[in-house]
Amino acid sequence: MSGYRLSAGGTLVDPATRLSFRFDDKAYQGLAGDSLASALLAGGVSLFGRSFKYHRRRGLFAAGPEEPNALVELRGGARREPNLKAPVVELYDGLEAWSQNRWPSLTFDLMAVNGLLDKLFVAGFYYKTFKWPSSFWEKLYEPLIRRAAGLGRLSGEPDPDSYETATAHADLLVVGSGPAGLLAARTAARAGRRVILVERDARLGGSLLTTRRTIDGQPGAAWAAAVEAELAAAPHVRILRRTTVFGTYDGGQFGALERVADHLPVPPPHCPRQRAWTLVAGEAIVAAGAIERPIVFPGNDLPGVMLAGALRHYAVGYGAAAGRAVTLFTANDSGWHAAADLIASGVTVAAVIDPRADVAPALTAAVAAGSGRALAGARLRRALGGKALEAIDVDLPGGGSDRIATDALGVSGNWQPDIQLATHRGDRPVWSDAHAAFTAGKLPPGIRLAGAAAGTFRLADIFAAGGTEAAVDLEGAALTPFWHVGGSKGAGKAFVDFQHDVTDADVALAAREGYVSVEHLKRYTTLGMATDQGRTANLNGLAILAELTGRTIPQTGITTMRPPVEPVAIGALAGHHRAMAFRPRRLPPIHMVAVEREAQMIEVGPWWRAQWFPLPHETDWQQSVDREVTTVRKAVGVCDMSTLGKIEVFGPDAAAFLTRLCANSVMKLAVGRCAYFLMLREDGYAYDDGTVARLGPERFVMTCSTAHAAKVYEQVEYARQVLFPEMDVVVQSATEQWAQLALAGPRARDVLARIVDPGFDLSGAAFPPVACAETTVLGGVRARLFRLTFSGELAFEIAVPARRGADLMRRLLIAGQDFGIVPYGTEAVGAMRIEKGHPVGSEINGQTSAHMLGLGAFAERKHDCIGRVLAARPYLTDPARGRLVGLKPVDRAARLRAGAHLLPKGPDATAAHDQGWITSVAHSPTLGCWIGLGFLAHGDKRHAEIVRAYDPVRGGDVEVEVVAPCFVDPEGNRARA
Amino acid sequence: MTYSIASLVAGALTGHRRWKPAWRKPEPKPSYDVVVVGGGGHGLATAYHLAATFGIRNVAVVEKGWIGSGNAGRNTTIIRSNYLLPGNVSFYELSMKLWERQEADLNFNTMVSQRGVLNLYHSDSQRDAYARRGNSMRLNGIDAELLTREEVMARHPYLDYDNARFPIRGGLLQRRGGTARHDGVVWGYARAADRLGVDIIENAEVTGFLREGGRIVGVETSRGAIRAGKVGMAVAGNTSRVASLAGLRLPIESHVLQAFVSEGLKPTVDGVITFGAGHFYVSQSDKGGLVFGGDIDGYNSYAQRGNLPVIRDVCEGGIAVMPMIGRARILRHWGGIMDMSMDGSPIIDRTPIDGLYLNAGWCYGGFKATPASGMTFAHLLARDAPHPTATLLTLDRFRSGAVVDEKGMGAQPNLH
Amino acid sequence: MLITCPFCGLRDAAEFTYRGDAAPVRPAADAGEAAFFDYVYLRDNPAGPIREHWFHRAGCHGWVTVTRDTRTHAIESVVPVEATVAAEAVVAAEAAVAVEAEGGAR
Repeated sequence: MSGYRLSAGGTLVDPATRLSFRFDDKAYQGLAGDSLASALLAGGVSLFGRSFKYHRRRGLFAAGPEEPNALVELRGGARREPNLKAPVVELYDGLEAWSQNRWPSLTFDLMAVNGLLDKLFVAGFYYKTFKWPSSFWEKLYEPLIRRAAGLGRLSGEPDPDSYETATAHADLLVVGSGPAGLLAARTAARAGRRVILVERDARLGGSLLTTRRTIDGQPGAAWAAAVEAELAAAPHVRILRRTTVFGTYDGGQFGALERVADHLPVPPPHCPRQRAWTLVAGEAIVAAGAIERPIVFPGNDLPGVMLAGALRHYAVGYGAAAGRAVTLFTANDSGWHAAADLIASGVTVAAVIDPRADVAPALTAAVAAGSGRALAGARLRRALGGKALEAIDVDLPGGGSDRIATDALGVSGNWQPDIQLATHRGDRPVWSDAHAAFTAGKLPPGIRLAGAAAGTFRLADIFAAGGTEAAVDLEGAALTPFWHVGGSKGAGKAFVDFQHDVTDADVALAAREGYVSVEHLKRYTTLGMATDQGRTANLNGLAILAELTGRTIPQTGITTMRPPVEPVAIGALAGHHRAMAFRPRRLPPIHMVAVEREAQMIEVGPWWRAQWFPLPHETDWQQSVDREVTTVRKAVGVCDMSTLGKIEVFGPDAAAFLTRLCANSVMKLAVGRCAYFLMLREDGYAYDDGTVARLGPERFVMTCSTAHAAKVYEQVEYARQVLFPEMDVVVQSATEQWAQLALAGPRARDVLARIVDPGFDLSGAAFPPVACAETTVLGGVRARLFRLTFSGELAFEIAVPARRGADLMRRLLIAGQDFGIVPYGTEAVGAMRIEKGHPVGSEINGQTSAHMLGLGAFAERKHDCIGRVLAARPYLTDPARGRLVGLKPVDRAARLRAGAHLLPKGPDATAAHDQGWITSVAHSPTLGCWIGLGFLAHGDKRHAEIVRAYDPVRGGDVEVEVVAPCFVDPEGNRARA
Repeated sequence: MTYSIASLVAGALTGHRRWKPAWRKPEPKPSYDVVVVGGGGHGLATAYHLAATFGIRNVAVVEKGWIGSGNAGRNTTIIRSNYLLPGNVSFYELSMKLWERQEADLNFNTMVSQRGVLNLYHSDSQRDAYARRGNSMRLNGIDAELLTREEVMARHPYLDYDNARFPIRGGLLQRRGGTARHDGVVWGYARAADRLGVDIIENAEVTGFLREGGRIVGVETSRGAIRAGKVGMAVAGNTSRVASLAGLRLPIESHVLQAFVSEGLKPTVDGVITFGAGHFYVSQSDKGGLVFGGDIDGYNSYAQRGNLPVIRDVCEGGIAVMPMIGRARILRHWGGIMDMSMDGSPIIDRTPIDGLYLNAGWCYGGFKATPASGMTFAHLLARDAPHPTATLLTLDRFRSGAVVDEKGMGAQPNLH
Repeated sequence: MLITCPFCGLRDAAEFTYRGDAAPVRPAADAGEAAFFDYVYLRDNPAGPIREHWFHRAGCHGWVTVTRDTRTHAIESVVPVEATVAAEAVVAAEAAVAVEAEGGAR
């Protein structure tokens, strides 16, 4: 086989524009409009790749995305893209591509030794061996298999190109711009509907671009151009070229991939390489055409054996002939039409072989006129050749056989309508005897098929249907199915799946071993699981299986077709959501203050918060955090609490409503006072905690943890709208609306007094612990004040409208300068709350009960609240499940680590002695040692006991003293100052 | 015929004509000691252990389609025993030990490949949570290592360490974790059970239960009624459907989980990597495909397919943690029906109805449990008492509150 | 999936948070542990139409009741949750009677 460019040229290429490119580092020239495959074919290349298992030589086979053989790596460096099908790669000047899965080179591939062991490497051989000795599987056999596995290579580097996602809506989505698709789009456009027309190729027209027939007296391509012009001018019509609709999803949604810049060497600046569309359409017409089915016969994988339609497409479209003496083996009329088109393009057709005896004389005459042999009633026995096809053996109609020299053989078993998009939602295809193919059965709502995809193969029929039932021009494609020429001994292998090296013998072996469900056949032999998804293989495989098992094809069934229709780059589906833009990072209102103060920042859920505020001379985080804690305990500090969830609740039933939500009652909470609350889930386990402040008789604001803010709000809305709709209450999330700062330390009141507007009495008598009030600060700024403490010090929380938060923080830092005020971060907050024994997310982790937290009294209520009933179950109150304790290392210099398990001293470290775990730790500058909180079985009764903190994954095993879970000022005097 | 290199060579010399079906296609007998409903990995493993471990060979497995057509054939093939809580830890470790000897037990290479399972962490609190879990594993005699960022980098240099929204700080590694060939597991158990006399009856959908008094004494199927001393259900996503035929309501919802495979690529990812912060996990199959997935779609479903938002979410997570896969292409994606339980952990127990036994609630983790699920369910069916490693996986734990809730999400199945 | 929010119109399901079956109704405070166990843990989990609660998180913050087929994901109706609360109470009362009659699950 040696391809060449026909002097007649092709309908798709521009002979005046030459493009240079390289394949396997060798220079070639092609024409503008070429695909990589057509340019290589015209350049005389016959060997395109190696198969997966046996590394057999494989030539170009198809002209579209069903290509099983000609896979390449395109582009170099970080842009290397593996497994591209050469027929769908648009040629551009400077293109570089390489063959894959061969070593050291494509023409000399040492891995082809696998082919010598083909009798061992049959379907499923690995299930039967490589078992003994068992350690050899992982150490020897599997690494060998893995090295040989796979096809192309990733670059191993981050993808330098960008992608985007987009959504478009239409009344009608038309998939495919062949005759049926164009007619459908035109009809809908003329009716004023919003239309999206999607075409996989760069040009609209599909089969019209390579047909020799005329429509309305003009060539097909000219007719297509006219329709395209009309559509382009129509309002509400969007045409997406180089776009593949890859999947059908619920609600009229379709996934589509637009190859925006793949036909260029690199994407232009600010242009994505690809765009992943969500197309939302009221209705869709799928006019995706049909895929030609080959015939299985010995020697059918020799380079030079191709689909008949592909031979024709390359010759007519690209002016690229696959050989000097072409033969065709067809079981339907389309092969004869292909022969006629090849002859008309200047290709020498040596013979057409058709197992059917009754071929229309008009078809045979065209071949005979081109001085080819028209062999109706004949049968191809096998193909022969060394590195490529050289001849075929043919059983002649009257008996006897002949060997016909040929360097390119086109094969056509039949055509399979491309119905994939109609099956993605679970509707099974049905076998149609009339088409000798699977057609769509029940169609999903809103989806119709048209053209060849609907089994309407004749162009005239498509136009008769007017585009509503309106692909490829395959006159007379329907026929007697012909699948398989059985091999005789020594005839050579007959391949069903070229890419995965599945032969008819493998199918037979699978059937013999009982893998007779098509899905078992697929999985056992890997038939149809390669990058081409068995587009040209699956039907033949199941037909051979049907034959072997004595079942019909419908009885045998078909494997499920799964999206995507063509492989889709992971990067395209991710769009812009990568690297730092993977997920949004939320900045609290005081963020600029943290930046000014050069705070060390940390991720806290979605938030980016100040972890600590280092001073220039500090070299170690612990130095900074210890200083912040100590300053708060001795003077004053200010900290951002804005990320806490804030939910406003108001209405006549607000108090009663909150009482249903919280384990502790807020019914009796006085106006102007706050309370700590614990929320349970309805299953009785602790959910979240926070504070609730009563700003007015019917007005509350509750805070909840940063991590749970969104979920708690949803739960509160659920309670209001679904559980207790009879209550007269309104709920509003206010997390983003308020900045909230904690001002803590013995001098907190002195600092606050400098920024609260005159007239507000901050004295302990007027504004005692847990008081709350609305007032103004900084000369008229609305503010809410809460006398709440998380640190255990005299403390206030000040909430102002979010946009004033940074200003408030700066003003507090100025106001507190002479008291030595410091800003403090999340580490200091954490250390002080552990010193005080306040539980947070590490303790309220969804696995712990109120009793474990030492808040059992909260859950023992008389009145209804969420979680009350199931919280009372004995398992949830059992002290053996653990009680919150404080922990101090016996060796005060030792470090504690959260996640260590608590074991009694003495016995072995085994699960049987596992009694709890450490939830949180901090270095306490106040105590001068590490401290921790944890859960310990019966822990509340074990204070002063020494237990082990066992942490084998970090090599830790520390003795710790069990203490009460409050290390500093257990009487709470400081907070009352 | 015993599988071995010798029998394979002998096959090669005789044109592979002497291989027998891996399992028979018998007509159902009128009656069995035990009928297992569901010819997935769990049902077949249960039948195998009934015969091999407990000597009960008069057993049928009834399957509505082809064996392995449910989740056994559509999972991402991961095996691991890196659990935190009593109830799960020792159960999954039993499974891991059975995986490690499975090829010898079954005379079938299921390609158990212990290349490691790594869970990445990105913050101090995640590190400490993984430390707690790793320590729990170590206390149970299971291998677990807490890796630093540098150690993760040495293992997987292609992850995004410098520019990530969730910077990688380290990971919890179980070296004995890995993958196995999912279909091979199904066929291996089927063949081994069949050789011990178990009847595997495909294309037999259970349409009802035979009852006598209060007791279940068999099943009605599309291939006729089959009587049974005991009936065991192992039907994963269809648990509620089949249970409803017996009038049972269960603490289970069915949800769709999607899975993805890329085109075949030369080896590039070793072991299993889990990026929890980004809802993404990945391994590379022996054939070269990247096998990956993420979260369940989150709504009740029996459709075996999902939707674009989760597909995007998974791809976003993939690119975020592993930027080199931007140009790798998804070859297929599909969905399976997960029997999500109310605490995220499985149930292996008797039901309130005499004669009917339940194996369910596997959520998205059923594949790795296959061997232990079979062993413990067979124990329950054979002895009428829970296997020692499954004593906490009972149905009444929901009533008592003794749930096995690894994620602490409560009775909200789509959050587990 | 697309959900037609009764307040906001046609929206992508990704804007919503899913909660689950709308059928279970929270028992009265004095209904006892068994009733709460049933409410919290047991589900019909039908393969077919189901009424379920979704929260329009990225929209109006309304909880809506969606009637959807779990086999096809086809959505039959979407109504504000208020419209279904009263109807649910009736359904639940009937279901509770039915469960009691059967002895319920353990």
